[in-house]
Amino acid sequence: MIQFIDGNEALVQGALKAGCDFFAGYPITPATPILLSMMTELPARGETAIQGEDEIASIGFCIGAAMTGKKALTATSGPGLSLYSENIGLAIMGEVPLVIVDVQRLGPATGSATKDASMDIQFVRWITSGGYPVIALAPSSVEDCYLLAIHAFNFAEKYRTPVFILSSKEIGQTRMRVDLDLLDAPAIIERESATPSQNGKVKSVSFNNSSFQPICTVGGDELSRFTGSSHDEYGNLTKSPGMIEKLNEHLNTKINPEEVALWEYSGPDRPETLIISYGIVSRSVNQALKSTHYPGVGHLILKTLWPVPETILLKYLSSADTIIVPEMNHGQYALEIERLKRHDSTLISLQQVNSELLAPERITEALKEVSHV
Amino acid sequence: MSELQTYFKPEVKSLPFCPGCGHTTNLSHLDKAMKLINADPKRTVIVTDIGCVGLSDQYFDVHAFHGLHGRSITYATGIKLANPELNVIVLMGDGGCGIGGNHIVNAARRNVGITVMVFNNFNFGMTGGEHSVTTPFGGLTATTHSGNIEAPLDIIGLAQVCGAGYSARMTTFDKELPSIMAEAMTYKGFAILDIWEFCTAYYSPRNDMDKQSMIAISETHNLPFGILTNRTDRTEYTVALKNQEAKTLKASPDLNQRFDQLLDQKIELVLSGGAGQKIKSTAAILGQAAILSGGYASQKDDYPITVKTGYSSAEVIISPENIDYTGMTAPNAALILSIEGFNKEKSKLVAMKAGSVIFLEEGLPEFETEATVIRKPFEAIAKKIDRNSVALVGLGALLAETKWLSRESVESAIGISQKAAYLEMSLKALKAGWELGNQA
Ligand SMILES: Cc1ncc(C[n+]2csc(CCOP(=O)(O)OP(=O)(O)O)c2C)c(N)n1
Ligand code: SF4
Ligand SMILES: [Mg+2]
Repeated sequence: MIQFIDGNEALVQGALKAGCDFFAGYPITPATPILLSMMTELPARGETAIQGEDEIASIGFCIGAAMTGKKALTATSGPGLSLYSENIGLAIMGEVPLVIVDVQRLGPATGSATKDASMDIQFVRWITSGGYPVIALAPSSVEDCYLLAIHAFNFAEKYRTPVFILSSKEIGQTRMRVDLDLLDAPAIIERESATPSQNGKVKSVSFNNSSFQPICTVGGDELSRFTGSSHDEYGNLTKSPGMIEKLNEHLNTKINPEEVALWEYSGPDRPETLIISYGIVSRSVNQALKSTHYPGVGHLILKTLWPVPETILLKYLSSADTIIVPEMNHGQYALEIERLKRHDSTLISLQQVNSELLAPERITEALKEVSHV
Repeated sequence: MSELQTYFKPEVKSLPFCPGCGHTTNLSHLDKAMKLINADPKRTVIVTDIGCVGLSDQYFDVHAFHGLHGRSITYATGIKLANPELNVIVLMGDGGCGIGGNHIVNAARRNVGITVMVFNNFNFGMTGGEHSVTTPFGGLTATTHSGNIEAPLDIIGLAQVCGAGYSARMTTFDKELPSIMAEAMTYKGFAILDIWEFCTAYYSPRNDMDKQSMIAISETHNLPFGILTNRTDRTEYTVALKNQEAKTLKASPDLNQRFDQLLDQKIELVLSGGAGQKIKSTAAILGQAAILSGGYASQKDDYPITVKTGYSSAEVIISPENIDYTGMTAPNAALILSIEGFNKEKSKLVAMKAGSVIFLEEGLPEFETEATVIRKPFEAIAKKIDRNSVALVGLGALLAETKWLSRESVESAIGISQKAAYLEMSLKALKAGWELGNQA
């Protein structure tokens, strides 16, 4: 079915497709439309959506509901995300499946509420004290909002972890023609309930990384123990250095970067010049490459930003003498590319933070400066 | 379910609190209270806050949830919303009431069916005896060396004015405490207990606290004991939610191609006017008509926070091909309907190149541009139909002149997106605009 919808609407459709049955949020431009849609969509399905008294309450409701068996979603923008920070630490420590949408807007504090930017990229990576790995997906289009919403719920369930969707004002609030039925949507992953182990007790968490992470549901038939403090697999508080190490090692390694790596590439197998983009800027690159053919130029669009999809990056970085990383921030992701690229290659970090979209012309100009093109 | 002798885990021999700490007595009261209501452990959740009180949940054979400082009420609310059948108990300290006071306010306003038990020892036990929101006037703590000068929070009074269904203030010595706890847990709505007790490590020795001094504080601070609220006039939140009528969902219209593609180039159009001129919905009609004609479209709206005044603008791109970049610095078409819109978009109008076209409401200011400027009395024509139809009149004129889309495609888009009440008026406006455009 062909629709004329924006990224926020597509994201809601994706979340519902994935089985989202709980939403809590607090109004903030440009994420408010997600709250408004969920407040009509979920009650119509007999499920709950609620406006919290603030962002702290909203994510708290989501954490409680998620552990009670719900597929929970919340949506905000920079200032609200800042308020989520402490609870994101809890969600990481307590291994809570939860999807957090950040419809990014420009600036620290209130900044420019209605203007596009990608300024929360490093923030979500290091969003809470402790600094554990997170999964963050970045849509570049309305279609991506739909698809990545489904992936996000799947990853959240599989790994028992908060997953971020880093949308932005331009993607979230610009309507486009889409046909979501044509997209290759992943199968929906449902959570697994924890069952008693040999000793007859049920583990609240499993420090075994290789498997799907089962959940002991709050209010279910097996008694659950949830805590944000250092704990063993049964949720009992622990002071044992050995156990604390096991827990933290588990949190640090449980996400398999290969399994969550999503990206698109177009160009030669061994590009001489590689443009690496994500988010709305990918479309400016597409536009620039559409109008002129540049032999030797490849374009890698990252849909997964965290964990860094290193394998695919290393593959294309190995041949590239020049790497262009256009971003609507002061070069946040270029830092990741810098550490992965060949030492003898050149990285051009194209940056723009002025409330306007980074235009295709800036890509064209950068390509002109690269000598071999 | 057979009756349990105790809800404490069998392996629990003692609790971790300092000798004489009120938390110990309160937890045995809670155990008795759960026995009184024959609580099903599998359907009971103890959510603890942070502080010494936060150690409590792990000693019981019920569901245990230990979260962040001050936020226990939010997790409990989420749990209750997700599964209203559960008996959800929050154990929090007076410290938690300070940092998370906002959640007491709002849980009480909602009357969400959780039971909050405040283990109130007048200071932060865990961090070393600092003053809390409930420290009495003159109270000596690690952070009030010469006596507390901040007014203590009346936790129950706060909950009451916020609509709490059930409230009581008790001391840990009260014989009825287990039965009051039981009553609170079975109450259908938000219940809160302010339970005064001792922190034998800090507050009690510093302030010579005993049972008598608690009574004195109650009297001097006008904080009475007993059941203080037991309302029957409020519906519990999850019940009220279920009783609410859900809004019926609108099916998203299918925009499969129905009309011939007339467009052979990408058009970047800015549509701008004043608040109330239906700029957004007209922009959507334009985009939908392009899609119904087999093309692509994008639409971005822009208006001030004060939606009922000032400008309203939309940037619409229509194209026979997929659209990547949605920015627009020099559009190739514009439709400007009012002075607010003119002022907002003037820099774009001036930047427009030769071959572009600007449709302008008659009487708007003169300006320099390479684009072809066509001035028409859209407003005068719209007034005869409906004041709010000026954007559709303008769109009709623009499309009649440029022939980018067929009139049928726009009529179809109007049919799809306009409410029945506006349909006739909208079609009339489009027709009038189209005729105006054809007059050239
Ligand atoms: C956000 C945050 N700030 C500060 C702390 C440190 N902290 C731990 S317990 C506590 C006070 C607890 O006092 P209360 O709630 O009265 O519980 P009690 O120890 O008296 O039982 C504080 C401030 C924290 N855990 N989290
Ligand atoms: S410090 Fe105070 S509140 Fe904490 S256990 Fe000791 S007496 Fe109880
Ligand atoms: Mg205290």
